[in-house]
Amino acid sequence: MTTGAKQSSPVGIGVSFQQVEKRYGMRFALRGVSLRIAAGESVGLLGANGSGKSTLMKIAARLIHPSAGKVEFSSSNGSGVGLVAHSTLLYDDLTAEENLMLFARLYDLDCPGERVAQALQSAGLAGRNADLVRGFSRGMRQRLTIARALLPGPGLLLLDEPATGLDAAGQHWLGDTLARLRSQGCTLIMSTHGRSETHAILTRAVRLDAGRVVADSAATGNLQDVLAAALSGPEEV
Amino acid sequence: MALLRPTTILLKKELRSEFRTRELLTTTWVFVVTVLVLFSFTFEPTQVESRRFGPGLLWLALLFAGSLMLHPSFAREQVNDTLAALRMAPIDPVAIIASKILANLCFLLVAEVFLLPIFAALYNLSLLPILPQLLLVMLLGTLALATVGTVFSAISSHARMRELLLPLLLLPLLAPALIASTEATRGLLEDPPGLPLEWTGVLLSFDIVFLTVTWLFGEYLLEE
Repeated sequence: MTTGAKQSSPVGIGVSFQQVEKRYGMRFALRGVSLRIAAGESVGLLGANGSGKSTLMKIAARLIHPSAGKVEFSSSNGSGVGLVAHSTLLYDDLTAEENLMLFARLYDLDCPGERVAQALQSAGLAGRNADLVRGFSRGMRQRLTIARALLPGPGLLLLDEPATGLDAAGQHWLGDTLARLRSQGCTLIMSTHGRSETHAILTRAVRLDAGRVVADSAATGNLQDVLAAALSGPEEV
Repeated sequence: MALLRPTTILLKKELRSEFRTRELLTTTWVFVVTVLVLFSFTFEPTQVESRRFGPGLLWLALLFAGSLMLHPSFAREQVNDTLAALRMAPIDPVAIIASKILANLCFLLVAEVFLLPIFAALYNLSLLPILPQLLLVMLLGTLALATVGTVFSAISSHARMRELLLPLLLLPLLAPALIASTEATRGLLEDPPGLPLEWTGVLLSFDIVFLTVTWLFGEYLLEE
């Protein structure tokens, strides 16, 4: 990625989950999840709907607190965590440019106008910069969502089903973008429950089931086996 | 400065969104005018009755309109979960609340600027001689409404039946501010007019207390 926060390129941020639990009332979303993700790793979180992937992402994004356990980051850089969530995190009543400018200013980025123009160009939305997001297609919104998450140059990027809504060209763009981020040392944690071009960039796969880690390629040593098991498992939706 | 900069950025965003759609302003203005017209035609008050009951009707109408206007304040942020994006930004979370309070204050004041001449005409009241004092009371009363309303909009936005919850929480808590605003406005409409300092003091104290509490505990209001 060419756009970083005040730093010129992202510095990877590692994250460690220690016996993390999350309860919603009586229901457990996560049960004693322990994972150590080193800076620069590209980890795929796999599992069926309701397996706890999104909850783990939200905890890593510091949007919710775990009910028990600890989460530690290797850096406390406030602008260092980016999120591509199920929702777009965009304002429909603002234009693409206004959305990105808002966050560029909130993150106090240098040369925000230049950075935003570059981000829009990279996402293939330069020609639609003055259009309201309300009028965008699902794929265009997803591209803008990803551009917004990348704008501050995160050291840890959390992607929850990032290929949703993207056509073949969009998925190719996403794959290239993530590969570039990985080569720059950014830590990537990506949840997915389907086959995607983005799997090519993964260096590790972790499979969740009912809030527990049931397979981790870091332990078994075989990334493809964990991927194949997760993608063809009977619980897949 | 750490609070001022993000508050200003977010306030500009709020104003831009609202003045682009005018959803809240239009709804509030139409609602308050309708209520005042209905009250006026139902009671057909004399000038003496207008001086006596007018302030109460005005503030009740503003309170109901405020509870309508304030609900979408945080509900809008839930449409695309934009609050999550704001919470992840390296800013003081109080800036998010402060910008909403200021935006709501601005929207309510704009609605009131257009409303006061209509109120004066319908209730046959001369507001020009007392305009500066009246504007002070309107500002303090509206600030109370905007502050408490925004805080409870944030709290109720996470709840089920949030549309019902906001007025239920808001109306009892705003009762002291409503009474003080009404009494201060009534004092201004009396003959001879005078600004009741004790009620203005109550309003000022109410604003200071709630703004301080919001500043101290604002970040907890935004948590899921």
